[in-house]
Amino acid sequence: MTNRGLGLAVLACALTLSAAPARAEETIKVGILHSLSGTMAISETSLKDTALMTIEEINASGGVLGRKLEPVVVDPASNWPLFAEKARQLLTKDKVAVVFGCWTSVSRKSVLPVFEELNGLLFYPVQYEGEELSQNVFYTGAAPNQQAIPAVEYLMSKEGGGATRFFLLGTDYVYPRTTNKILRAFLHSKGITDKDIQETYTPFGHSDYQTIVAQIKAFGAGGHTAVISTINGDSNVPFYKELGNQGLKATDIPVVAFSVGEEELRGIDTKPLVGHLAAWNYFMSVKNPANTAFIKKWKEYVKKNGLPGGDARVTNDPMEATYVGIHMWAQAAKKAGTVKVDAVRSAMSGQTFTAPSGFTLKMDETNHHLWKPVMIGEVQGNGQFSVVWKTSKPIRAQPWSPYIPGNEKRAQR
Amino acid sequence: MSTASVALQPTVVEPASPGRRLYPRPVWTIILAVYAVLAIGMPVLHLLVPAGSALHVSDYTVTLAGKILCYATVALAMDLVWGYTGILSLGHGLFFALGGYAMGMYLMRAIGRDGVYGDPVLPDFMVFLDWKELPWYWTGSNHLLQQALLVVLVPGLLAFVFGWFAFRSRIRGVYFSIITQALTYAAMLLFFRNQTGFGGNNGFTDFKRILGFPLASPRTRVVLLVLSATLLLSVLVACRALVLSKVGRVLTAIRDAEDRVRFCGYDPVSFKLFVWTLSAAICGIAGALYVPQVGIINPSEMSPANSVEIAIAVALGGRGTLLGPILGAALLHGAKSVLTVAFPELWLFVLGLMFILVTRWLPRGVLGLFWREDRT
Amino acid sequence: MPSAELRIRLPLLLLVFAVAASPAAAAQPLDPHPRPGLDAVTLDRLVDPETRDETIASLVEGTDVRALPLLRALLEGNLYRGPPVLLDRQGTLEDALTGAPAQVDRDQLEQVTINNRVRKTLERAVAALSLLQGTPAERLEAAHVLQENPSAEVLPAVQKALAAESSGEVRETLRATVAMLALASPDAGQRLTAVEELRKAHAKRQLMQRLEVEQDPAVLAALREAVRDVDLALQRAAMVGLAFSGLSLGSILLLAALGLAITFGLMGVINMAHGELLMVGAYATWLVQAAFRGTRHFDWYLLAALPASFLAAALVGALLEITVVRKLYGRPLETLLATWGASLLIIQAVRVAFGAQNVEVSNPSWMSGGVTLLPDLVLPWNRIVILLFSAGVLLGVWLLLTRTRLGLLVRAVTQDRQRAAGLGVRTPRVDLLAFAIGSGIAGLGGCALSQIGNVGPELGQGFIVDSFMVVVLGGVGQLAGTTIAAASLGVVNKLLEPWAGAVMAKIVVLVFVILFIQRRPQGLFALRGRALEEG
Repeated sequence: MTNRGLGLAVLACALTLSAAPARAEETIKVGILHSLSGTMAISETSLKDTALMTIEEINASGGVLGRKLEPVVVDPASNWPLFAEKARQLLTKDKVAVVFGCWTSVSRKSVLPVFEELNGLLFYPVQYEGEELSQNVFYTGAAPNQQAIPAVEYLMSKEGGGATRFFLLGTDYVYPRTTNKILRAFLHSKGITDKDIQETYTPFGHSDYQTIVAQIKAFGAGGHTAVISTINGDSNVPFYKELGNQGLKATDIPVVAFSVGEEELRGIDTKPLVGHLAAWNYFMSVKNPANTAFIKKWKEYVKKNGLPGGDARVTNDPMEATYVGIHMWAQAAKKAGTVKVDAVRSAMSGQTFTAPSGFTLKMDETNHHLWKPVMIGEVQGNGQFSVVWKTSKPIRAQPWSPYIPGNEKRAQR
Repeated sequence: MSTASVALQPTVVEPASPGRRLYPRPVWTIILAVYAVLAIGMPVLHLLVPAGSALHVSDYTVTLAGKILCYATVALAMDLVWGYTGILSLGHGLFFALGGYAMGMYLMRAIGRDGVYGDPVLPDFMVFLDWKELPWYWTGSNHLLQQALLVVLVPGLLAFVFGWFAFRSRIRGVYFSIITQALTYAAMLLFFRNQTGFGGNNGFTDFKRILGFPLASPRTRVVLLVLSATLLLSVLVACRALVLSKVGRVLTAIRDAEDRVRFCGYDPVSFKLFVWTLSAAICGIAGALYVPQVGIINPSEMSPANSVEIAIAVALGGRGTLLGPILGAALLHGAKSVLTVAFPELWLFVLGLMFILVTRWLPRGVLGLFWREDRT
Repeated sequence: MPSAELRIRLPLLLLVFAVAASPAAAAQPLDPHPRPGLDAVTLDRLVDPETRDETIASLVEGTDVRALPLLRALLEGNLYRGPPVLLDRQGTLEDALTGAPAQVDRDQLEQVTINNRVRKTLERAVAALSLLQGTPAERLEAAHVLQENPSAEVLPAVQKALAAESSGEVRETLRATVAMLALASPDAGQRLTAVEELRKAHAKRQLMQRLEVEQDPAVLAALREAVRDVDLALQRAAMVGLAFSGLSLGSILLLAALGLAITFGLMGVINMAHGELLMVGAYATWLVQAAFRGTRHFDWYLLAALPASFLAAALVGALLEITVVRKLYGRPLETLLATWGASLLIIQAVRVAFGAQNVEVSNPSWMSGGVTLLPDLVLPWNRIVILLFSAGVLLGVWLLLTRTRLGLLVRAVTQDRQRAAGLGVRTPRVDLLAFAIGSGIAGLGGCALSQIGNVGPELGQGFIVDSFMVVVLGGVGQLAGTTIAAASLGVVNKLLEPWAGAVMAKIVVLVFVILFIQRRPQGLFALRGRALEEG
């Protein structure tokens, strides 16, 4: 063989060898779009960790369609325009098959046009105000009828204290405003008039609740009162502290919160708050095999990766929703035989999964929301919740609340 | 500017001959080359080269470039007031955001019936707030021309009023910086209120079209990119002309020794007010081009942190050079985009260190490392 | 209540109780395992949610003191479902009926849970039964609980206690409670007494409820007058509450801004990392608290936390001064930017070290709860303590500035740096020490903040603009200015809040400061000439 021939042969071998690994290293890229810095980092970092843990779990049992999942983590830094930019980057540059992310409604609304334009797929795990239904999003968190309305019904019931006056307290943004609008219409339908409803909003990051607590006290002098709190995560701590210190006990005026979970209670001494309520579709204290396994997996993951907080780390509803969402996506991809968005979207319809909440959740065939159970929990002295009421089976989501005028036109597709 | 005080002036050393160029030829070449890449090269590579090819410029890159160009324009405007007049504003993001909101109002009206609630007149957020009609300050917002005027007028007017009070009271230095920060903070709180009628925390989003052209189409994106690049170039040329003129000399004199300028017979207030208002208007226009490219405007654009970032972009690039801030903005936002993907936890360390390193060791910024203009 | 089984078991139980009876009555746990006083059936009816209410009611009406330990256990969540029903007595599990220790895996246990509604009735029941035993202090507390929440079923217990009660104070409270309960009595005279008691107790809700159904004109008139009086009292209480909350906010602003005022007055630099010094102090408090957790002295961790937060923040401040501020001397605008960068670094470092989540700082028990000034006004202890603390810090700083040599030097350099340097004062050293002390004060502020709000990496960001406003409004170089500015901003904010809402109040305050500065740029109090000079 001539030198040139030898050289050509070597070149050919090199090329084939370099080509082969390029095909074999194929993974399925999966995007994780949660704020790791900024104001939302407190809530969203756990979701990123849960997502990574779930992906590890799926990979350990063989991955999806014979390929491993490769997480692509980006940090939109609680900056809404950056969310849109990162979403576009994940879809066009990294070419991810699916994105798990977002927390605040602003972040979701800012990425929505991107997902719709590029036909991407987003799984959104947080309870929200509804009034949205996109073909490119699967909503694994609660819609108002799966959280807010059952909670108010409970408060009005004898078991819940028979409340007849309601103080609607929220942070000033779309989720509390829409939720309160829905609740007001609901209360009207139950015969509660406007003079027995007071609606107040505080800005983000508000920390001085002296005046608000005084207003609650004054309002409460008029009868059996309950407070419905849609205060955004962080501000709940000073609110609860002020409540406790000014002597407003849950047995006098119970407060039900929709944005307070185990994670938010980690920052407070909960003994003065015993008896206050939260409504979710999952609590860490729920006892069943799926939850025991889930919590065990999480604690091991925290220890293995040295995450800050160690043993004190908790699980909560959005984490459970993330876990369920990723598994359902994997199931749908397996059923569809591909990760292409349109096929997975059809395969998602009707998917079921035994969730840590102890119920078998189903992805509705048409409205992209999960059938979820509703649980009302009371705060305990140790930062956990004890479930005082729950639905017997999962209920269907109504993303278009019938209590908002104009929604009758919308088919509950 | 009072003509009387100018007439009393002794002769000043004039800049060189009337035909003096704004920049020396090599610099012009670089500037125009960069402009060509952005305004011609990128559009071509985006529109004409097919998506699979290695040379194709993705829409991600196009929007990113457009965004950075808008930030660069803001940095330029900031350099005008800080680098040349010595006014450190920690609230310039407010003017940027106001321009963005003015444009956003038009874009919200342009959604028409395609919004979630399908109301032909009211934007979605007003529908869910149960408002029955448009507030008075939204009238006519479906006309791009009116909103384009407001893009310049609103920030300009606010800047004028604020500046008039502040400069007349001779508030300077850190005091001035602090109250600009208070101003933008107060505005941010105001816009976060849903009752204010600007979408609250959600802001404006979900835009569909501008002047009938869909925002998601490559052609519209390219046009916006070209407009942003052209805006930057024009502002650069205009500012350069300004700083090389007599007015510019007075400005630098105010920066260096304001009291002496006053004793020389000039009224610093009018000069400062002029450049301050001009700067705000430029920021407004940049904001107006920013919003359609990014697809969302919300009150966190007015946060004090954003405004401080503008200042650091200027310092990073090299203040008082006009070209430096452009470079600084590109470096800063480029780094942000890269690092929040690659090393998300590292990004804030890098940003913080950037502040410290630049102020301590790079008083002339990055540009000053390799280019220094000899100006008499 | 007495059932067949109870008649059989009763003698046995009584025998068992004979041993435990006297210690139980004195409420001294001489017998580590006092026998509970219920039979199995009643216990099961207590545990079962369906029959729980009636069981509790009957136990209370029967004034059966033996049920007290079990009712308490149910209230505190220490009962576990059986069979057999288990009780958790300070960590050890035992059979609720017999007291025999039980070896059961805790994970298998299902707690007997109660909800709010039951809790309310249970608290009343426990209080009613506690009236019949326990120390005078315990009986008084129980009486107060009943007075706040009277209900018909406790009447037998209250009357029985009244008959046997020795302490005058307790008798007084009980009599008031009995009177209140007579609101529904057929006798108009009794109703009038009830109205009087309720008026004294400011129990507006009950008065209003009675107003809707009352027929007797005399009682109606009394009711209306009582409601009017109570309303007036409530208004007065609200005013006092408002003033207090304004002062409380002002005291917090003062703590936050004091350090900044000193360094700004001295060196003319605004330290944008000032908020982070607050945060460092708060985290230092958290660390100290975590170290004390579980020990006997937990309640006093604040004594150790104060110097810890002072030192931690002072160290960070000193470091900041040496590495950043000093090198940028004479360039205040650059210092502003550089310190902003430092603040980003500090925040991110804390985030990486301790996590992005908030950390829990529990209040010591003496800082929890509040003092009930009027029936409707509870002033939280933590805010009172912080108010006094900020006054103390202010005093300390004043003493430092006026009575120490360092203070003298600081004042000299603040007034005229050149001349002081010319007289031999080593200004860099004064700068460093003053900066460190100012930072330390911020650390103390952070320690205070940790007691009322969140502790997280972004703690400082919420106080930066407010601190600046206080400093700018108060003027430079005078403690009085800072104090008055802080107090006024706090009070004005709180005055506006009830009718303008929290956001508008804040905006108005900011705009007010901006406008005030236009009119009077040197602030409220300023050393002559110093105010507007800058490098």
